[in-house]
Amino acid sequence: MSQKTAEKKAVSRKDMSKAQWTWKEMKRNKVAYLMVLPYMLVFTAFTVLPVVLSIVISFTDFNMLELPNIVWLDNYIRLFLDDDIFLIAAKNTFIFAAIVGPASYIMSLMVAWFINELSPKIRAIVTLIFYAPSISGSVYLVWGTLFSADSYGWANAWLMKLGIITKEIAFFEDADWVMPLCIVVAIWTSLGTSFLSFIAGLQGIDKAQFEAGAVDGIRNRWQELWYITLPNMKPQLMFGAVMSITNSFGFGAVVTALCGFPSVDYAAHTIVHHLDDYGNQRFEIGYSSTIAVVLFAVMIGCNALVKKVLSKVGS
Amino acid sequence: MAKLRTRKHKVVLARSRGGDAGITVILVILGIFMFLPMYYVIIQSLKPLDELWMFPPRFYVSNPTFKNFKDLFTLMSGGLVPFSRYIFNTVFTSVAGTVGNLFFSSMAAYAMAKIAFPGGKTMFKLVRTSLMFHKTVTAVTCFLLMSTLKIIDTYWAIIIPAWGTTLGLYLMKQFMETNVTDAVLESSRLDGASELKTFWVIAMPMVKPGWLTLIVYSFQDLWNQGASMYIHSEQLKSLNYAIQQITAGGIKRAGASAASIVVMMMVPILVFVITQSNIIETMGSSGMKD
Repeated sequence: MSQKTAEKKAVSRKDMSKAQWTWKEMKRNKVAYLMVLPYMLVFTAFTVLPVVLSIVISFTDFNMLELPNIVWLDNYIRLFLDDDIFLIAAKNTFIFAAIVGPASYIMSLMVAWFINELSPKIRAIVTLIFYAPSISGSVYLVWGTLFSADSYGWANAWLMKLGIITKEIAFFEDADWVMPLCIVVAIWTSLGTSFLSFIAGLQGIDKAQFEAGAVDGIRNRWQELWYITLPNMKPQLMFGAVMSITNSFGFGAVVTALCGFPSVDYAAHTIVHHLDDYGNQRFEIGYSSTIAVVLFAVMIGCNALVKKVLSKVGS
Repeated sequence: MAKLRTRKHKVVLARSRGGDAGITVILVILGIFMFLPMYYVIIQSLKPLDELWMFPPRFYVSNPTFKNFKDLFTLMSGGLVPFSRYIFNTVFTSVAGTVGNLFFSSMAAYAMAKIAFPGGKTMFKLVRTSLMFHKTVTAVTCFLLMSTLKIIDTYWAIIIPAWGTTLGLYLMKQFMETNVTDAVLESSRLDGASELKTFWVIAMPMVKPGWLTLIVYSFQDLWNQGASMYIHSEQLKSLNYAIQQITAGGIKRAGASAASIVVMMMVPILVFVITQSNIIETMGSSGMKD
């Protein structure tokens, strides 16, 4: 707030109102607006507008066939009080995000940190091994082969050969197995952008700081990590957290590909699936928008929470 | 970075043997977890029929063969739509989407990073905030907008949204901020060059890692695009979709399906191998400062 008033004062000192000054600046920088225009048009149309539209539609009963009526909070009330499947989806999403998000984040950070002192060539190879699953399209389908329902699947074959089980387990059709397996696959494909960001962040830290730390009495690498390394890469930690949260909530296509839709007994049904169910299959757009809005709120909440946690790093 | 590495450390950093060993063990275990499935799919794609159906399945292949890849191409040519069409669809949308994204995003990133104009900061904040939203959440409303624009079931439905990706702009803007010095731009402006020319001739060559990263990200996204709710016509569908149909053909096609996964994953992996150092360099400025 105080910054804003200071800005205002500086402008008024030029004997101009804020509006006048802004208008002058805008005219002076015409070309800047021209340069952002194409991007902002596309960005607004396909990123901003859909969010705004979701919020508006969530208060209506729009279904693509009839003119929408405003129903105010009816959709929200139905979602939280009458929709049992939504509660299952919410629970699954929560478990999913609470495990996959932190696990992927910590694994990215730890691996990036472990490989930081290796030689550049070895580091490049290790980076590729960890990063490859996240960029290789539908390679996660291999988990369907490894854990296939027949005895040609690797897991079943070995469990049977070792005499642990006598009959094949249909892993991706078994309500007890789908969730843990999907979590493993999700973690497997999740070392993406944040991982690369951490590697770069670690590389960017001035080595002299570590030497100074060693002189100042840093006794082991864990102290070094906490007092020097992490505080130095806070911006990357924040960026990585945002990417991890987004991905752990948006993870639906992989579950659908491995377990089918809907998954057995809704055991791996997430909010994204629920949204897809109402939006794309039943065309209850009003209701599906309500689900989307709830998901936005949860994502923003998570980000705010993580920001708070990260501000404590190094203290 | 090379500078730092060649410097001899005078101070011994606090590193215990036990810690080194522990880290190596964890790294190897995690590495095996990450690598084995990738390795297994490659091995599967090289197995002849009798080895594919061996109990228990093996993690190596005795008589490697390319028959699965041949089968894959036979299956491909048997479809209703010629396979070259799927390849064209994916290559065309990937290239058109990526080229547009490169121009639009870097132009906007330049303006936001290097020109102080009213609203620029707000725009960037909006982009940064939208990094939090996964695009599947807005798919339904996007569909409504696209049908209003009448681009459903055309290439445009895939290409146009790719022109304004959040991550692309975000990375580019951050990279330009740290790697393009204002003094160079100022001297170009004083020479009378227009802002657009300064951007194209002065700034762009300075951020080669940035636009390589943008190209790789955009290309990966479009290349891996599977079935899309915006496309109904069979002849407009993507290569990844067509290949997933082969995989869905059941256990009889286990070999061909493994081969298809290998073919599809080779492209993004090769692209990454070639551009890795540039991408890591770009990521160096990816951080969020507040």
